[in-house]
Amino acid sequence: MNPVNVVSGRVVVRRSERFTLDAELEVRRGEVVAVMGPSGAGKSTLLQVLAGELRPTDGRVVIGGDRLSRRHALDPRRRRVVMLGQNPLLFPHLTVRENVAFGLRAGGASRQRAHTEADEWLWRVGLAGAGEHRPRELSGGQQQRVALARALATEPRLLLLDEPLTSLDPETASDIRTLLRKQLAYTMTSTILVTHDAFDAAALAHRMLVIEEGRVTQRGEVREVLARPATRFVAAAAGLNRLRGTARAGEWTGTSFGVPLRIPSTEPAPRLADGDDVVAVFRPADTRIARAEDATWTGALQLARAEADDATVGEWLARVVRLEPAPGGARIHVTEPELAIDVPTALVAALGIAPGDPVRVSIAPEHVRLIAGPA
Amino acid sequence: MARTARLARAPLPRLLAVPGILALLFLVLPLAALVARVEWRTLWADVTTPAAVSALGLSLGTALVATLLCVVVGVPLAILIARARSSVASVLRVLVTIPLVLPPMVGGVALLFLYGGSSPVGEWLDRAGLALPFTTAAVVMAQVFVALPFLVISVEGAVRTAGTDYERTAAALGAGRWMTLRRVTLPLAADGIVAGVILCFARAIGEFGATALFAGNAPGVTQTMPLAIYTAFNGSGIGQGPAVALALLLLVTVLVVLLVVRGWRPGRMS
Repeated sequence: MNPVNVVSGRVVVRRSERFTLDAELEVRRGEVVAVMGPSGAGKSTLLQVLAGELRPTDGRVVIGGDRLSRRHALDPRRRRVVMLGQNPLLFPHLTVRENVAFGLRAGGASRQRAHTEADEWLWRVGLAGAGEHRPRELSGGQQQRVALARALATEPRLLLLDEPLTSLDPETASDIRTLLRKQLAYTMTSTILVTHDAFDAAALAHRMLVIEEGRVTQRGEVREVLARPATRFVAAAAGLNRLRGTARAGEWTGTSFGVPLRIPSTEPAPRLADGDDVVAVFRPADTRIARAEDATWTGALQLARAEADDATVGEWLARVVRLEPAPGGARIHVTEPELAIDVPTALVAALGIAPGDPVRVSIAPEHVRLIAGPA
Repeated sequence: MARTARLARAPLPRLLAVPGILALLFLVLPLAALVARVEWRTLWADVTTPAAVSALGLSLGTALVATLLCVVVGVPLAILIARARSSVASVLRVLVTIPLVLPPMVGGVALLFLYGGSSPVGEWLDRAGLALPFTTAAVVMAQVFVALPFLVISVEGAVRTAGTDYERTAAALGAGRWMTLRRVTLPLAADGIVAGVILCFARAIGEFGATALFAGNAPGVTQTMPLAIYTAFNGSGIGQGPAVALALLLLVTVLVVLLVVRGWRPGRMS
């Protein structure tokens, strides 16, 4: 085992005929690794295995020098893997201080020392003086702070965060996110963070693992993964448009309602041969939208077909699928190909479009990034 | 005192009050009829006869010991059932419930068949000088037999409802099995344990049928309050006054004990 890694190995869990989780992972000491994936992809299964709640069916993971496999369960007392989920699970019959002191007492600390240390932890998570309260007297955010203090006080080898911010309101979530960032860095706690929110991953994690249908589909530095999504899921999570096509002369080519379409990029894609699969990635905010010259769908399509000989570059005819409100404006979903466009409120009003309307969509080459390989 | 704001009551059909009050009356009226027959003039004399005092002492003593025994073996059984696989748990739950549906007399007969001199177990006990039937120990055993199911079912429900999330959290924080049991499982089931103890004690102190058959009705040894009351009612030449007085004494004693127990919560520690 690499001594730098706190967790390393491969987890295989066969949950049914159709679903098997098979993921390799490693977490370095003091590192926060985000795990993202659609629901049912196996993220929770992975956490359950690492938390010792579920035996893997195959594979082998080493957690801080202890082996975990189908045959080999970790001694729960020596495991020192603490999970923190949406439900803070504070012991309701103990005070806040006793909750934080619980792990310290279990570790053999005297009551007085445990309580002193617990108070220190409560101060660190911004709850100085709340020690005498019962958990139910605290707000959801405060309970989550106590749960974090209780987890970190035991100096876990590995902290598992399972969507810890999901059930909190945005303001509280932001506070807890800041607290997590600070305390995880301060305590150098090796952490696996399961989240559906790319923003949480970006704010808290160093590296990231994307799991889809039980397989790791992408891994790397968070920044890198979000900037170069390998799958539709990551692109959506990162809020990017992602179009599959075929490479031709270093450009992305595809069709829209049977009309050939080309999208060039100013950033040269490496090793891109004609006929290769290629993915065009760009931000919804960089995409431009305008009313079609002909407001009727058939007319607009005829016009587009007639112009097709010039092979419109980075601009095509699309149909509005739906509009949804977005901060400062609207997000317009259009098809073929499917993508999202963010427009400011003023433009939404000026466009005056509705689902079903034809529109002209364009993307400038400097905003496009081409990624080689199949999706 | 200043008025404080109160939440509106939960919406309920008003008609629920009719069967509800009927039920209450059904329970309370017979007690009122009993109290109405109390001869207050002779009450003090009736409840302080040596026979009454010894029966009360025996009842309290045996019921307390029986409740204690039930807690010692019943709480572990309840936890085991609550954490067993569902198929095993349902079989165990049926087994535990059987003494509830059995007429207590039959229970007494069954105990006699097992521990009586005619069975191998009884013979062995006889030879060891530990013959059980018609001893104070037999009273306690009869009470445990009929009261244990109440405790087990009550505690099992509480432990099962509390779930395993908190226990797993405790283990993840480094707590051993005993510490988890002592500081998490038991305190979380406290309400169920208290309810179980109350039911268990009430059932034990009121126990009659199994005791009568397995332990007999020897004053000072096995004659508990229910048997003393029965004897008083059936007694030739004795009026109903003493019997009613004893019944009232039992009633008051049980009420006092239950009120004391209600204020108690096991496993609450800092």
